[in-house]
Amino acid sequence: MTKGTKLTQSNRAGWAFALPGFGLMVVFIILPFVFAIALSFTNQRLISPNPTKFVGLANYQQLLGLGTITLESERDENGAIVYDEDGEAQFPRLRGYTRNNPDYPRIDGMREWFSWGNEESRTYVLARDVVFMKAIVNTVLFVLVVAPVQAGLALCLALLINQRLRGINVYRAIYFMPVVVSIVVVSLLWRFIYDGNDGLLNNLLSGLTFGAFEGRDWLGSPSTALGSIMVMSIWQAVGFHMVIWLSGLQTISPTLYEAADIEGAGKLQTFRYVTWPGLRNTAVLILIVITMQAFALFAQIDVMTNGGPLDSTQTIVFQAVERGYGKQDISGGSAISVILFVIVLTISLIQRYLTREKN
Amino acid sequence: MKHLKLTAGALALGTILAGPALAQTELTMWYHGAGNEVESNIINQIVADFNASQSDWSVSLESFPQGAYNDSVVAAALAGNLPDILDVDGPVMPNWAWAGYMQPLPIDESLIADFLPGPKGYWDGELYSIGLWDAAVALVTRQSTLDALGLRTPSLDNPWTGDEFMAALDAAKASGDFEFAFDPGMAWTGEWYPYAFSPFLQSFGGDIVDRSTYMTAEGALNGDAAMAFGEWWQSLFADGYSPGTSQDPADRDNGFVEGKYAFSWNGNWAALGALNAHDDTLFLPAPDFGNGPKIGAASWQFGVSGTSEYPEGAAAFIEFALQDQYLADFSNGIGLIPATAAAAQMTENYADGGPMAVFFDLTEAQALVRPVTPGYVVAAKVFEKALADIANGADVADTLDAAVDEIDNDIEANGGYGHM
Repeated sequence: MTKGTKLTQSNRAGWAFALPGFGLMVVFIILPFVFAIALSFTNQRLISPNPTKFVGLANYQQLLGLGTITLESERDENGAIVYDEDGEAQFPRLRGYTRNNPDYPRIDGMREWFSWGNEESRTYVLARDVVFMKAIVNTVLFVLVVAPVQAGLALCLALLINQRLRGINVYRAIYFMPVVVSIVVVSLLWRFIYDGNDGLLNNLLSGLTFGAFEGRDWLGSPSTALGSIMVMSIWQAVGFHMVIWLSGLQTISPTLYEAADIEGAGKLQTFRYVTWPGLRNTAVLILIVITMQAFALFAQIDVMTNGGPLDSTQTIVFQAVERGYGKQDISGGSAISVILFVIVLTISLIQRYLTREKN
Repeated sequence: MKHLKLTAGALALGTILAGPALAQTELTMWYHGAGNEVESNIINQIVADFNASQSDWSVSLESFPQGAYNDSVVAAALAGNLPDILDVDGPVMPNWAWAGYMQPLPIDESLIADFLPGPKGYWDGELYSIGLWDAAVALVTRQSTLDALGLRTPSLDNPWTGDEFMAALDAAKASGDFEFAFDPGMAWTGEWYPYAFSPFLQSFGGDIVDRSTYMTAEGALNGDAAMAFGEWWQSLFADGYSPGTSQDPADRDNGFVEGKYAFSWNGNWAALGALNAHDDTLFLPAPDFGNGPKIGAASWQFGVSGTSEYPEGAAAFIEFALQDQYLADFSNGIGLIPATAAAAQMTENYADGGPMAVFFDLTEAQALVRPVTPGYVVAAKVFEKALADIANGADVADTLDAAVDEIDNDIEANGGYGHM
């Protein structure tokens, strides 16, 4: 008998013990995953008496459709460029081209995403779903900022509290506390902190600058809303990653530090040649975990901004929920989930490749 | 559930054999008011009275928190576990009726002849739901504010025009006494936006969808009237008349009472608080932006689920609940507008000369239900986002065009929602 058959046949008790776990995973992880992929190719609605139909890639085309158009600026009868009151060159309105214009069927129903050009002509990049495009950009931006900053900050905290000092456990508890509190509660509290009228942050900044700082509406302004959520998210989860770093630090043998000490290594050298190599696997783990968590950004958005103002805090998962549940379009929401899955999988594979053990 | 019903049926059969006096058929009912003790007491009282009043049916009640209620119904419908009697938010009813979650309500319609129009839930020519109350919105201010600003008091027959309203806001802004002149309530996200703000759009002459066909929003939500509405809406925030989408919810709840806002767009449920704080609080009719003054209508209503085997039993309970006494109880308990004039006379607040009687008149004179279509649920979400974006400075024409496209795409994806 081979090992495989022994595992499947003679080990009934083992399989019986594993069954509840396996069963739950199949029901709550694998089945929904398969469903999401299958539904994303249909027109399934949350509530509808209409039969479900296979629609192929229509949901993906609706989400990811892009187009471009280049427009010439408007000229008066003498051929001179027309300027508006702000001194900007005037261009014809896009809605003349993207709405019910039979000459431009390819961009029908699209909206401007961004544009560039000079006074004579501008090129517009159009998207069928501008909100989703903004959600992708915001989410990627969020990951790019949060992953390194949160990991770095957590490492600093871990190094600080990885010492034998009186009362160090108090600090550990303090840093870890935000992790234990529900993210919904934390988000509500930070809404008060960021409040534009008399929020804590505005009061603090104006106190520190002796009144020179003019209060601003942190969550109400498109330029600061996403940044505010980044700061709050980093603060909230940094304690969790600090603990993981800490466990990594404690697996490094003290003898290595003693040896480094005897060799006369400085603090920086010790970190560079002893601590950092010892944390390699921890670092890979933390980066992947933060990346995955950051891509799943939802609760903060739902509680604090609802994706606004002006879509500056739309994220992929928020869009998936908003569309699938709020707008009853389960197939569209499923398509977003599949796109998110592909993005996260790709990035994880790239991270694994870059951080692989080099022989 | 089926199993439960079988056992209930068997039990019922058993009791019929044992003695006809105990032969009550079990009816289940879901209600959205969990967590509100006063409300729970009233509905429990109605159920107890009904069960004691006859021997055919026995209603058992289960309450859910309002925030989780719609989700629970959708989940139960997908799992085939709906109760016999449902309560449903008025504008959502066509969606559920279309999806088969509800069936036409077989009650004697002469019973509701005197009802306000808002609480009657008609879809596809048939009555599906009926409410014991309605809700209304008014322009809340104080007599002392009007006097100080030198403004005339508008009346139902002679409401402010759009220009008069803006002149009032200008006067309030110029006085410097207020943080903002007008508080529309941007902190209340969700259904508040279409409920409270789409009547402004309708007063301008636009609408969320074209009600003549319900097949498109083109022209209704992005026509000239809607553009004018959008420009006006944006000016409220751009010109500093109103607090924007990041308004603190606490300011929304207390700002008017604390004197931060000269005018507040608020519902009858907040009226008692305002009256208790200031004796001279006034509830003014909506301004007329050219197409008549309008406010929203329709609140929570009762109906029969699509899978119920005992619609006649459910109807018997609902008919029983429509007594003026219960309408008045709900009104006295939680401040709602009773659905009939007779019940209104039995209440403390809505009887002639009562402090909130004006809301009953407002509802009678100005109320317009939200678009009666299964697509409303999605259109409302789109409308909410468009209004938030315009308030935050997005281009009016582009935003309304995008909203129209999204609503039209949704109508098309749903095969016209049965309006063909």
